[in-house]
Amino acid sequence: MNRSPYIFDAPSVSAMMLKVLLALVPGIITYLWVFGGGILVTLTLATLTALFAEAAMLKLRRRPIQPFLMDFSAVITAWLLALAIPPLAPWWLIVVGTLFAVVVAKQLYGGLGYNPFNPAMIGYAVLLISFPAIMTKWPAALQLAQTKLSFSDQFHYIFSGLLPNEVKLDAVTSATPLDYLKTQLMLKHDVASIKEAPLFGTLGGKGGEYVTMAYLVGGLYLWQQKIISWHLPTAFLGALALISGAFWLLDSTHFASPLFHLFSGASMLCAFFIITDPVSGPTTPKGKLYFAAGVALITYLVRVYGGYPDGVAFAVIFMNICVPLIDASTQPRVFGHEK
Amino acid sequence: MNALVNFSKIFKFHGGVHPPENKTQSTHLPIGHLSLPEKLVLPLRQHVGNMPKLKVALGDKVLKGQLLAEAEGTVSAAIHATTSGTITAIEDAVIPHPSGLPDRCITITPDGKEEWIKRQPQDWRNTDCQTLVASLRSSGIVGLGGATFPTHIKLRADRKSGVHTLIINAAECEPYITCDDMLMRERADEIVKGIEIAQYLLGVEKVLIGIEDNKPEAAASMRAATANNNMQVVVVPTLYPSGDARRLVHLVLGTEIPYDKRSTEVGLQVFNVATVLALYRYFEFGEPSLSRIVSMTGSVNQPQNFEVLFGTPLPHLVKAAGGAKPETTHYIIGGPMMGFDLPDENVPITKAANCIIAASPNLFAPPPPAMPCIRCARCADACPVNLQPQELYWFAKADNFEKANDYKLFDCIECGACSYVCPSNIPLVQYYRYAKSEIIAIDKAHEAADLARERNDFRLARIEREKLERAQKHAERAEATKAEAAKNALENQISTAPETNIQAGVGDAQKAAITAAIERAKAQKLAAQQAGEAPKNVANADESIKKEIAEIDARRESVGLETNVEKPAVDTEKQAKIAAAIERAKAAKVAAEAAKQNLTKED
Repeated sequence: MNRSPYIFDAPSVSAMMLKVLLALVPGIITYLWVFGGGILVTLTLATLTALFAEAAMLKLRRRPIQPFLMDFSAVITAWLLALAIPPLAPWWLIVVGTLFAVVVAKQLYGGLGYNPFNPAMIGYAVLLISFPAIMTKWPAALQLAQTKLSFSDQFHYIFSGLLPNEVKLDAVTSATPLDYLKTQLMLKHDVASIKEAPLFGTLGGKGGEYVTMAYLVGGLYLWQQKIISWHLPTAFLGALALISGAFWLLDSTHFASPLFHLFSGASMLCAFFIITDPVSGPTTPKGKLYFAAGVALITYLVRVYGGYPDGVAFAVIFMNICVPLIDASTQPRVFGHEK
Repeated sequence: MNALVNFSKIFKFHGGVHPPENKTQSTHLPIGHLSLPEKLVLPLRQHVGNMPKLKVALGDKVLKGQLLAEAEGTVSAAIHATTSGTITAIEDAVIPHPSGLPDRCITITPDGKEEWIKRQPQDWRNTDCQTLVASLRSSGIVGLGGATFPTHIKLRADRKSGVHTLIINAAECEPYITCDDMLMRERADEIVKGIEIAQYLLGVEKVLIGIEDNKPEAAASMRAATANNNMQVVVVPTLYPSGDARRLVHLVLGTEIPYDKRSTEVGLQVFNVATVLALYRYFEFGEPSLSRIVSMTGSVNQPQNFEVLFGTPLPHLVKAAGGAKPETTHYIIGGPMMGFDLPDENVPITKAANCIIAASPNLFAPPPPAMPCIRCARCADACPVNLQPQELYWFAKADNFEKANDYKLFDCIECGACSYVCPSNIPLVQYYRYAKSEIIAIDKAHEAADLARERNDFRLARIEREKLERAQKHAERAEATKAEAAKNALENQISTAPETNIQAGVGDAQKAAITAAIERAKAQKLAAQQAGEAPKNVANADESIKKEIAEIDARRESVGLETNVEKPAVDTEKQAKIAAAIERAKAAKVAAEAAKQNLTKED
């Protein structure tokens, strides 16, 4: 029987996914340092929920459980969602979000390889629409907070919703820089004066900007390891810089600088970890450029004109819808054919 | 021109992979020679194209080089006795074909004398091309790079083919295979003389010899041999599949041969290095194609290249290479990227056998179970044709053949680069083979259906016409009877007038009857023609029927698999279906290849 090739040289799906998880570690460590240990609780909850949901669904769908659990794709979904939601949100929030992402957005569509939408972004969008108050209540970076919560305080708060006696909620939370910028602009302040607020750092939000830089480092590792190609991150960051740059050049009193947009919110996570999900993204080189540029454009529009502080999740979901069209219309020229 | 310096620019193609080469194992020793085996089994079909016509009978004594079967039809090649001896069998036997189906073979029991027929060298420099090419038809020479396309067809040389450049394919890009490498190291001068013959036959000046840079000895040897002429050795980077003819042409010239054109249509001709050597042996010494170099490697004690007579049973070759190691499980013909499992150890070496790899689990571990495609597009990055393998896989899997066609499935050269890099271990190439064979089968079915419909329409029209004619006849007869009656009546009334009219009417009816008879005869003849011409000889008919039965059985088996097996977890059912379909695919592929000439490797 003809079953050539007989030789193979490819990292397994598991190995690729593990590298993605590894690339998230610098970001997680920085996150831990900036916002405290609560993220570890969220990550653990998310991981356990994802694995449980994946296994249960595989069992219901009568699919082999072990190989699909070991592909670690559910863990990536869980981690991305955990890193995207506020770290001090109540425990059930991440559980609900992860369940939705894994069960509905992934397994109901056929599991690994068949989900048309990025599961983590579906989970995020569901949470944002269902629980907007919790989803926009971020803890302040530890260096800004009036009261610093210890790991056990954060742990306790996630599970009980109770803060230590003398601590007020306002003392440990703050708006995110993108959120703050948006509300202040609506109050007719200009960008320069808004950015004098303590929650802004050099590039993005104070503290938060370090996390985004750590994501950048992890992303470059993925690129170096050939897990992701340059197309998606470059096109996303480039397009975001271009669009925000154009607005900023036109009117810098009302529009934040490109650097601010690149290093705030979910930009870096999006560039290297979210839009690089191969399953729900385009496959052609040109298609990747269009897709990423589209995500950047929508993200910017939502940030500046939309009803939410950040627009990554909606942008990704919308562009996911366009993937079949993008792929079909960006087929590269086949050897020996005219275009 | 200083032939020792590589001036040429290299034009890289998209994608490609670089698997571990595993070539050094079989290049330590020079090309070895085998003792005569106890018997030689020569399949009649060792090439792409028609089965040649048998010219000998059981019990005949034959001499080395004697014609056993002559080329039949345009695309066909002759078969010669590879030693002197007696024909002890003409029967169906297992051949090195992935289907495992037996095919007609001639068995020679050698007399050990190696007695040659009278060889007729030709003074090719002073003979016109037409004569040379005509004689090449009985040389048995086919493309020895693996494609086995009859060489005389590629040299239809009235020298007006417009070919301006000859490219010698010496890339040998598949891992393990070293037969061309060793040939160039040891017989560069003869190769160059062969190239000169090809140059003369094609009427071309420019010659480029493409060699991968992992064969420095071969390149040096070829450079030395070409130092005094204007042939140019072009060293190309080691990147599989650079030995694919279209890829090699692109590498050395930057020319993309359009998908629907042959290389000759853009003024290029590609020959494998072993093929031109065979040309030299034929014209210079009158030796037809009797042997080739075979790399015997893998899990054997002493991997080596051997000059092997066609028809040599594989065990004889394995023994010469020090025998198989105990862990050997089976044998692969060709390289690890495009080769296939031999159906049986006892197959003969044929013109296509460039390499035999003794396989063991250590060398080729079975791939882990396939996972779903995650659309990572690593396959698209590796595809040398710049196809989108992940899309083709999707379409093939969903039996969406129209889409597969739209995405240029038939441009796939089945090089295996996509499967090689797939993190989900999906046997992509098998999906493509399956889809191709299904599309070909569907096209054939359409053709057959069209023919049947045409035939039926014709039959209905004929029945209708005959009915009308009968009705007309009846009417005329009735008219005639009436007229007769009237005449009688008139005669009774002593009248003579209507006689002439009656005669005319009878005449028409007769004419109509004759026309109808002719039509019927024509229709019968046409039906007979369409039902298929009478078989030329019984042997052929038996075999084609046997083959058809085997194919039908394979089909039934595949259907049985489909209906009886529960859907297992990770697409194994589809794979089983594909496995069964591959047998069909291979048979269809031979036809497709001949038709399309999208020949991979040297052609």
